[in-house]
Amino acid sequence: MATPAVAARRALRSAASRYYVRFDRIDRTMHAFLMITFIGCALTGVPLLEADHAWARALAGMLGGIRTAGIIHRVCAAVMIVVFVAHVARVFLTALRRRNWLELVWSSTSMVPNLKDGRDIVAHVKWFLGKGERPRFDRYTYWEKFDYWAVFWGMFIIGGSGLLLWFPFFFSLFLPGWVFNIATLVHGEEALLAVGFIFTIHFFNGHVRPEKFPMDPVIFTGRISEHEMKEERGEEYDRLARGGRLSAVEASPPSPGVLAFGYVIGGTAVILGIATIVLIVGSVLL
Amino acid sequence: MRTTMRAVLCALAGTAALLLAPWADGAGPNDTCLACHGDASAKAASGKSVAVDPAVFSGSVHGSLNLPCTGCHTDVSADKIPHGPQKPVECATCHDKAAQQYKSTIHGLARAQGNAVAATCANCHGTHDIKRVADAGSKVSRANLEATCGACHGNTDVIRRANLPGGNVVAMYHDSIHGRALNQKTSAKDAVPVCTTCHGAHDMRPRADPQSRVARANIPDTCGGCHMNVKARWEQSQHGKLRQAHVMQAPGCTDCHSAHSIQRHDLDQWKLAAITACGTCHADRLDTYRDTFHGQVTRLGDARVATCDSCHGAHEVLPESDPMSRVSAQNRLATCQGCHPKANANFVQYDPHPNRHVREAGMLLFYTGKFMDLLLLGVFAFFGLHTVLWFYRSLKVVREQRAKARAVPPSENS
Repeated sequence: MATPAVAARRALRSAASRYYVRFDRIDRTMHAFLMITFIGCALTGVPLLEADHAWARALAGMLGGIRTAGIIHRVCAAVMIVVFVAHVARVFLTALRRRNWLELVWSSTSMVPNLKDGRDIVAHVKWFLGKGERPRFDRYTYWEKFDYWAVFWGMFIIGGSGLLLWFPFFFSLFLPGWVFNIATLVHGEEALLAVGFIFTIHFFNGHVRPEKFPMDPVIFTGRISEHEMKEERGEEYDRLARGGRLSAVEASPPSPGVLAFGYVIGGTAVILGIATIVLIVGSVLL
Repeated sequence: MRTTMRAVLCALAGTAALLLAPWADGAGPNDTCLACHGDASAKAASGKSVAVDPAVFSGSVHGSLNLPCTGCHTDVSADKIPHGPQKPVECATCHDKAAQQYKSTIHGLARAQGNAVAATCANCHGTHDIKRVADAGSKVSRANLEATCGACHGNTDVIRRANLPGGNVVAMYHDSIHGRALNQKTSAKDAVPVCTTCHGAHDMRPRADPQSRVARANIPDTCGGCHMNVKARWEQSQHGKLRQAHVMQAPGCTDCHSAHSIQRHDLDQWKLAAITACGTCHADRLDTYRDTFHGQVTRLGDARVATCDSCHGAHEVLPESDPMSRVSAQNRLATCQGCHPKANANFVQYDPHPNRHVREAGMLLFYTGKFMDLLLLGVFAFFGLHTVLWFYRSLKVVREQRAKARAVPPSENS
């Protein structure tokens, strides 16, 4: 697999002596849980949406039949909700501890979109079209913020409708039955959106685009090389350098073991995801 | 009574033949014939075997009556032995009523139209080995009928060449609930229908004949001959009422159950197949059912969630507007509670056939569907284009970098 591009990148990586922490251990653990439960929900849910196709039946069979698949789906969903709640709690507790609510909603490290994101979109598209320099991004780019809020929105829409469908007797104590029709519709449509988005756009942006191919292990190792940080997150690098805070986030290079682990886990996720997309898109076309 | 009369007549004919036969000398009536034909290797000039096993013939109904060979082979004379080719045997000489009925059967009609393979008397009853129908050894006894009819209707080669309707109907019957009950020697084996129970024997008329037992209009009566209660319930259903109003497209027994592949109603395979059967007429209802959890799970082959009849009933199906219907406003809660014991009045406001594409079916569902469509379209259009453009640019950049790296002299690179 050592194509010239990969070899070149590896050479660059080893040349860059310095690494910085981008994601801490809790971030990485949460992403891992989110990733596993998301794929779990996707693989066990997609057979219902695509029930007309033979592969859906085969997939449900591989997962132990649609009943077992239903159990896996609910377990994954419950874990995902716990991860989500834990993340939100962590964000708020951090702000509370630092007594800095402004940093949470309006700063260079905030997840809340700001004016720079708007400018970045325009500049990035101009760069795509060969009409300008590539914008210099800060800690979180506009597409990363979109991914983040898409998960938030999805959590409420898919999670909420999923809970309605999971506990219909409880909810029918105070809700009319037709909400289950709405819930079935939005659960499936939003799931298609999420699955389609994560397994194509997110994978491309984060991993398979030519600069990163076959994948970016940062979410598994937590470490980003100085070279990559300058290239992809110049604003953040400069900001940290100016403030003399670079050394605080400096880290040892990722160990080969962790790197290999990341490649295996991430690669499996990418393969499963892309296979799901191929099946879904194939079903639409054929 | 009629059988006794026939036996007496046959015995008389036999005796007369015996008395008139010039070669009669106190031995068996057929000894002269069997002198040649009794030899197992006896062949006609054409090479065709003309052997007759004396034991088989004496065990047949005709043999037991001591009928002479010439009773059927009427143009053979002792004056000319060995004799040449003979006229075909005329069963109608004695069995005139059966022969008359045969003419209106599908086999008789086909023969009259020049079909040379349609079954005649001997195909079903045999020749020298004919036994009484009640005799277990008869080719047309209940136990043997599958094999006898199956000689043609269970033989894929014959079915293909003669273009027999329905395909391998005997194989289908064999695997059906009726065939299984017959072959598994259950207590029902003496009651379950065999081929002739539904099709008749000498009144086996073509389906298009209004007098046929299997004509569309007569099927409920044919099946109802055994399944009286089911027929009575069906007659009260929307399907039965439509039939009484002469709407012949309304389903009778075989439209849902099939004719020859009838399955137990509690088999998953049948429950799932029944959904498709209902959908052949109620296509729009099938579509909307498939959009629900019930429809998706059954589509994946699990029959433990609601299928059509779980809610609508089977033979007693009635429109929602009928107070007697299982899905009427009055009965709906009880019907849902059949599977969902904790269901309440709110719960049953769920629409088990939601149509998200029709505004009248529910404004909120319709507009939610439209919103979701737009959301998906918007996100995928924006990020799809974004990704394609990005990919194109990145590829170019990476290629340029690679070209630059190659341009650097090797000494500096290493």
